Amino acid sequence: MTDHTVHTEHFDKEAGKLGMWIFLFTEMFLFGGLFLVYAVMRAQYSEDFHTAAEELNTFIGTMNTVFLLTSSMTVAMSITAIQRNERRLALFLVSLTLLLAMLFMVDKYFEWSHEFEYGVYPGSDVLKNMPHGELLFFGLYFMMTGLHALHVFVGMILLTINFIRIRKGSINQENFLLLENSGLYWHLVDLIWIFLFPLLYLVS
Amino acid sequence: MKNKESHITGYPTYAYVLIILLALTTISVAATGYHLGAYTVALALLIASIKVATVISYFMHLRSESLFLKVAVSGVFLIFTLVIIITFFDYLFR
Repeated sequence: MTDHTVHTEHFDKEAGKLGMWIFLFTEMFLFGGLFLVYAVMRAQYSEDFHTAAEELNTFIGTMNTVFLLTSSMTVAMSITAIQRNERRLALFLVSLTLLLAMLFMVDKYFEWSHEFEYGVYPGSDVLKNMPHGELLFFGLYFMMTGLHALHVFVGMILLTINFIRIRKGSINQENFLLLENSGLYWHLVDLIWIFLFPLLYLVS
Repeated sequence: MKNKESHITGYPTYAYVLIILLALTTISVAATGYHLGAYTVALALLIASIKVATVISYFMHLRSESLFLKVAVSGVFLIFTLVIIITFFDYLFR
């Protein structure tokens, strides 16, 4: 080793973002497959899908849409804050996003526990005795919203990591790719809900 | 692309975008009150598509990204639409 060893860290922001988008494409197709099944089943059992969708609480669904859309705005704003070196504001906006995500999950908890009380849960006797189309609707409903809620949960972990990193200063005005990519992930969670909400709650 | 100042979107822009998104949600929910028959789903999907396009362009900053990424994202949506159309051709004309 000579004294002249120079460490050049290779960092390509464009590539980092592109990689995130490619990952998001795979996520889109993951949910896309479920949307495709939904579309075909709905075309075959439209009457049953109508009846089953009426069981869902549109108010809770609408509230969750408002929470997610607003949280998408706050996370987008947090990137602006970091770019302008307004660290405290960025921290506030990330925690606001986390709070809205938590409200979404609390809402989801009440919604699901209400359904479980009536015996509507995957594999229950109530579901087994339903017409075939309604059984399919609830199967897809639990699968799609469950997988989506899992993504919300992962997003919350990512946001928490970002919060800690902004506090420590490793995410700053010069280096905020992690926050940008986490933001992209969070928007994807929002995008999926934008389609899930009308298809599950508003089709009755 | 190289060493270019990264694009900064102002806070008011995001607030306006949210207002538009919430307004579209309200229209979507209100429309279920009217019995539009087969058009209900079509309208719901149309509104959802406008919302998705808005989120991608503004919140995900696709409008200030490279042409390559714009083409890639449009391509993914195009492929998915084609998959749906082809699947339905199969089901309807079997």
